[in-house]
Amino acid sequence: MEPREFPQIEQQLAPVFERHGREANQLLQILREVQEIFHFIPPAAITCIAAHLGVPRTRVEGVAGFYSFLSLKPVGEYRILFSDNITDQMQGNPELMRYFCHKLWLEPGKVSEDSLLSVDSTSCTGMCDQGPAALVNGWPLTNLDHERLDLIAELIRGRKPVCDWPPRLFEVKDNIRRSGTLLGEPFAPGAAIKATLARGSAATLLEMEASGLRGRGGAGFSVARKWSMCRASPGEQHYMVCNADEGEPGTFKDRVLLNSYADLVCEGMTVGARIIGATKGFLYLRGEYRYLLNKLEQVLARRRAAGLLGRNILGETGFDFDIEIHLGAGAYICGEESALIESLEGKRGRPRNRPPFPVTHGYLDQPTVVDNVETLACAARIAAQGGEWFAAMGTAQSSGSKILSIAGDCARPGIYEYPFGVTLHEILDDCGAEDSYAVQVSGPSGILVSSKEFGRCISFEDLPTAGAFTVFKRGRDLLQIVQNFAHFFAHESCGFCTPCRVGTQLQKKIVDKIANDHGTVSDLEELKQLGHIMQTMSHCGLGHTAPNPVLDMLKKFPDAYQHKLKDLAFEPAFDLDGALETARNITGRDDTWAHLP
Amino acid sequence: MGAPAMSKTITIDGKNVPFQDGQTIMNAALAAGVYIPHLCHNPQFEPHGSCKLCVVSVNGRNMTSCTMPAAEDMVVANNTPELNSDRKALVQMLFVEGNHICPACEASGNCQLQAAAYYLNMLSPHYTHFYQPRAVDASHPDIFLDLNRCILCELCVRASREVDGKNVFGISGRGIGTRLVVNAASGRLGDTNFAATDKAAHVCPTGTILIKRQGYKIPIGQRTFDHKKISEVQMEPMEPDHE
Repeated sequence: MEPREFPQIEQQLAPVFERHGREANQLLQILREVQEIFHFIPPAAITCIAAHLGVPRTRVEGVAGFYSFLSLKPVGEYRILFSDNITDQMQGNPELMRYFCHKLWLEPGKVSEDSLLSVDSTSCTGMCDQGPAALVNGWPLTNLDHERLDLIAELIRGRKPVCDWPPRLFEVKDNIRRSGTLLGEPFAPGAAIKATLARGSAATLLEMEASGLRGRGGAGFSVARKWSMCRASPGEQHYMVCNADEGEPGTFKDRVLLNSYADLVCEGMTVGARIIGATKGFLYLRGEYRYLLNKLEQVLARRRAAGLLGRNILGETGFDFDIEIHLGAGAYICGEESALIESLEGKRGRPRNRPPFPVTHGYLDQPTVVDNVETLACAARIAAQGGEWFAAMGTAQSSGSKILSIAGDCARPGIYEYPFGVTLHEILDDCGAEDSYAVQVSGPSGILVSSKEFGRCISFEDLPTAGAFTVFKRGRDLLQIVQNFAHFFAHESCGFCTPCRVGTQLQKKIVDKIANDHGTVSDLEELKQLGHIMQTMSHCGLGHTAPNPVLDMLKKFPDAYQHKLKDLAFEPAFDLDGALETARNITGRDDTWAHLP
Repeated sequence: MGAPAMSKTITIDGKNVPFQDGQTIMNAALAAGVYIPHLCHNPQFEPHGSCKLCVVSVNGRNMTSCTMPAAEDMVVANNTPELNSDRKALVQMLFVEGNHICPACEASGNCQLQAAAYYLNMLSPHYTHFYQPRAVDASHPDIFLDLNRCILCELCVRASREVDGKNVFGISGRGIGTRLVVNAASGRLGDTNFAATDKAAHVCPTGTILIKRQGYKIPIGQRTFDHKKISEVQMEPMEPDHE
């Protein structure tokens, strides 16, 4: 393709700059808009943005090259990204993608000759209970089937703007199947703030401590401890951040909380802000949930009008706090809190060296609390109803309830809230899962649980989880599932440290080799060794957890791979027949004679 | 560094190593003559912590010694067969990720990646080579940029930013697609203000950034690592610039 010229670039970017100002921490937000205008980030725009923000060009190119939804090469005017989470795969997404591409004479990953359309895959879009799913220009498509794809093909051929497509294509349901205290009980906006003001910050912090609330994002750190450390840290400004970068494949509970319980989440942020002394808050919304942006902005506007956000909240002089929504752009690593802070600052989502920790040196090097969406919703309830009430639920070390995002092989996928301590047996019964073989608890970075272990329970003591609960019935190809996870980690590694950048690739290649019937016993040893290196030498949690599904499979599911192994001690990784693939593509032949025996 | 009260100590492999508040494990070790293998670290620049060769075991937990501040009572294990075996695996990973053809490389004998491989007793790359297509940029009149050999240590990025004040280099891409980029719309080094006299032109631990017309001034056999181990060279008070 000829390089396109952009003589008007400065005029075209002027309104974007107008909206975002000259602060370098707006860089990612600016790039998102530039991508929407040009369907890529042109080199001329990079130069222009660098000059406008007064940062080196390399910084802008660095950010533009990092996030999946930004691209340095043109994509189609219509860009369709099929979700390639394992549940979407099981619901038929690979076949649907092939069908769609075939119908429109297109190859995945390439742009049509007329620049109209490009099709590719993307990491889990968080619609696992209503897949197969995809994104069109960032908007979620759910319940895809041939009929819907035919309609979408027509709409694209007719060049109909995405905003004029039939709303039924974009319908996203909450699917709340089981509610507990968090989802089921009514909540009057302002109740938690009023209680906090009446009780005082120090006393509310004591309630948090009494509640035993631990972070719901997976790590399970004590909220009271995090808040009091931040409160005690000196700084010009303190920040309260809500981590809504729900990127773990199979998780979608934060989407539901933001859609239907946004007041609870904002209220948790406001209570936290009061306690740590923050006047500014950020809600980091993953790019895949961009469709929630307007609705969330309306919630914020309504709360400002009601005196629940802004200056002198509920009439309390000097209690100022407001929330700004910051959009991500396709990067799982930004769920890691220090990478999220980097992204908020308009940088590549690279996890920081720690110490120092965000509670003392976070956003703009100031004391910062980063909490998960669900954690903040719990905090609002605790502020309103007290800590004892909360601590009475759950188990000794896991108080309260947990929201699970259940998907996969079950009759009733959706959102389930349980007190901590619930067993997998109970959950599987409730969601209508029959003849279950395995459950992936807490997503690919979590634990792969076999049917022998279904008596185990959801809790920090036994099976900690950030919320994903993906069910696999007997007969599912577990190796294929693990292969999907290995590809996910290789795609999402930020690339900073050697063990994760290279290790996730090597892991992917070896799992592929086994799945393609070329694996040997020595490859199993290799996977264990690689897993050890990633777990012990990596920079952050992504690298530490990337080998989990592979190692769990090796340990618990020998049947998944034993029959695939060759009867040799060693076979080279080079696949002679695979090397002919390019020739087969060129000739359009895939018959027996186009393969080596 | 003078001699302010250095009463605090850590132990590394049983040896007492004094440190000052704020000093990293790596810098305390270097000052005390204890060698911890490293590639992306150079005491002249801000610590980075990406190569992970310098990971040590602190009270049983692995930590990156070039970024972790030393603290009283740290019991550090460094020169152990387990850690050195893991470090060797990391060097092997770097070898298969890029395209490192030592016999055909100008930097052979002056290359820290190669020297680290010798130090860690690496006899083969072990893993399957990636053979990623990477570009060579010869557009600059005085300097070659050969990305086949880049290990993403970001020393040139840091040197250009911190010392030269130029920001000639940066990092773009993600995951295995992470790559060194230069500060020009054309993407060519020749279109930047990079100069052979810049600090950033002399800090590359491998043969990625090479000054033109100097290739074999020092013959093979008489180069830095031909007669010294990396553990000796990297312990010298001020690491020499790599020629």
